[in-house]
Amino acid sequence: MLKIKNLHAKAGETEILRGLNLEVGPGEVHAIMGPNGSGKSTLASVLSGREAYEVTDGFVDFDGVDLLDMDASDRAREGLFLAFQYPVEIPGVSNMNFMKAAVNGNRAHAGLDPIKGTDFLQKVKECASLVELDGRLRDRSVNEGFSGGEKKRNEIFQMAMLQPKLAVLDETDSGLDIDALRVVSQGVNAMRSSDRSFIVITHYQRLLDYIVPDFVHVLSGGKIVKTGGKELALELETKGYDWI
Amino acid sequence: MEPTEEDKLLNEVTGKSYEFGFTTDIDSDTIAPGLNEDVIREISAKKSEPEWLLEWRLNAFKVWSEMEEPEWAHLEYPKPDLQAISYYSAPKKKKEIASLDEVDPELIKTMEKLGISLEEQKRLSGVAVDFVMDSVSVATSFKDKLAELGIIFCSLSEAVQEHPELVKNYIGTVVPQRDNYYAALNSAVFTDGSFCYIPKGVRCPMELSTYFRINEAGTGQFERTLLVADEGSYVSYLEGCTAPQRDENQLHAAVVEIVSLDDAEVKYSTVQNWYPGDEEGQGGVYNFVTKRGICHKRSKISWTQVETGSAVTWKYPSCILKGDDSIGEFFSVAVTNNMQQADTGTKMIHLGKRTRSTIISKGISAGKSQNSYRGLVKIHPGATNARNFSVCDSLLMSDTCGAHTFPYIEASNPTAQIEHEATTSKIGEDQIFYCQQRGIDEEEAIGLIVKGYAKDVLNKLPMEFAVEAQKLLTISLEGSVG
Repeated sequence: MLKIKNLHAKAGETEILRGLNLEVGPGEVHAIMGPNGSGKSTLASVLSGREAYEVTDGFVDFDGVDLLDMDASDRAREGLFLAFQYPVEIPGVSNMNFMKAAVNGNRAHAGLDPIKGTDFLQKVKECASLVELDGRLRDRSVNEGFSGGEKKRNEIFQMAMLQPKLAVLDETDSGLDIDALRVVSQGVNAMRSSDRSFIVITHYQRLLDYIVPDFVHVLSGGKIVKTGGKELALELETKGYDWI
Repeated sequence: MEPTEEDKLLNEVTGKSYEFGFTTDIDSDTIAPGLNEDVIREISAKKSEPEWLLEWRLNAFKVWSEMEEPEWAHLEYPKPDLQAISYYSAPKKKKEIASLDEVDPELIKTMEKLGISLEEQKRLSGVAVDFVMDSVSVATSFKDKLAELGIIFCSLSEAVQEHPELVKNYIGTVVPQRDNYYAALNSAVFTDGSFCYIPKGVRCPMELSTYFRINEAGTGQFERTLLVADEGSYVSYLEGCTAPQRDENQLHAAVVEIVSLDDAEVKYSTVQNWYPGDEEGQGGVYNFVTKRGICHKRSKISWTQVETGSAVTWKYPSCILKGDDSIGEFFSVAVTNNMQQADTGTKMIHLGKRTRSTIISKGISAGKSQNSYRGLVKIHPGATNARNFSVCDSLLMSDTCGAHTFPYIEASNPTAQIEHEATTSKIGEDQIFYCQQRGIDEEEAIGLIVKGYAKDVLNKLPMEFAVEAQKLLTISLEGSVG
């Protein structure tokens, strides 16, 4: 699904990713943990094509295509989804219009006609129920006036609408209370399948109680320094990162 | 350095050339350039005007001759040479026009290019269109239907002939001749425009619409519109325009006067897309317009405008809230790009008791343009319990453009309630990226964000106009869609 080889990236003059390697197979869930400033969010940004970062070396194969060669919208249309740590507000643009533009952007890329109104509404209904997103939030402007928890649920709602091949969750648990965490995790788990992969970036083991990973990686100094199973997360929780 | 997201955006936005830049080849009857009393007499004679109107024009000319061109606006431009302009240009009449079939095929073609063919407009949206090509109205539709209700909707010249008492009664009452330099000039040399009268208690069943188009090279346009809504009546009036590409600056100094009598309501919507000049600021239309309405008791005037064109814009659609309990509204989206300059806003003059006004202004600046909001809210001593609410937002699309806000508030009555909100923001790279990450391409993302930003104003436009307005925003800012 995803093969990252020797990835180097910098923001301005500062090199943040320094030779990162990672392989994610279909249906796998990989957790990426690590201390502050280790490059976790940079990895999410670089994969999704944020232009503030410059890739200086390395290669990323995404299901047979050169990921780094595409712009951000094409990466999304090829099936890469990023659940943002801080979803932005877009005043005046209703969540529904936004979602429709997104769905149709993806469909056009796949050579499909724009989605029919009734099909779209049906899909919205299904996906919204997955994360208990009520109608009020669907009709409001994108993320405007949403609480932290509502924003994160909206991210997972969008993910369900777009059915990506690979979803990167960037600290989706940050700012969530325990109930919201449960709802968001249920939404993610409902979307797990043998051909959809996840990269879950988090600080805390807590999220991984809900979204159980197949692999846990520790990112430090811009590369992966340790890889293990889900028990590695528990070990990190008790011992911290210093021992690695 | 690698081009950043913004540089690319900037290039796309500024690289868009004017889409409606074409010229219609129509035989014109034009007066030699220059301005003096004889020219005014000639205009008046060509139009077979009554003596009182000629006197009125000559008086305006006298007033204008003693005035200086104003310089207070936040604008820089070479002063137009008013002696180099021809003050009259009319497509030569081949014969009397009884139906659209007889309209010059060239004109029909122009309208089709603009996507506003009269036939289609008539059939699809029930809009009565008074199409103004240069200075003379050449096609008017739906007249009979309106006539049944006693509504008069015709060119101003025709109104002068057919309804002189109405014209004489109201012309110059809202915008006096000596109001300002360009209003005085317009009063002296106006060639045509639209006239509209809605009788007492009549609700105009359709949107009245006029399309302006500057067509003759070197011809100044001096349109004059007079709209009178009698007691208890209602009308929604649409004005929209595009102009052909030109190398020299073209002056447009229009006057619009609205009289809203007791309990009447007037909605006046404008979509303006005149040629803004090229990327270096060459050519383009100078748009120095005076628009003003007067509200009598319990009446209401709403100005809604979407401005994307002109090289230099100087325009303040205003309301004089004379009658008690009258309401004035101003909703505006002004887009400037490349070297465009706009100094626009509104004046709300509160005279009557419990008068209310609302101002929502959304400026969008791109390229190296300068976009200024200038507004005055004036509460006179007699305006007890007057209220005003203003929002002035600016959106910057580049690092090289400017947005300025000059809100003036003069309250002479202690019971006045005035609220003013203003924000300036830069179009968010984060917002664009968020859209892109969901599979929306960059251009569409910019379109979505800008339309969202301008939504409060776009929502005020009549349906059939909102589509055109969104199209103009898209054309002005997105780069390829259109």
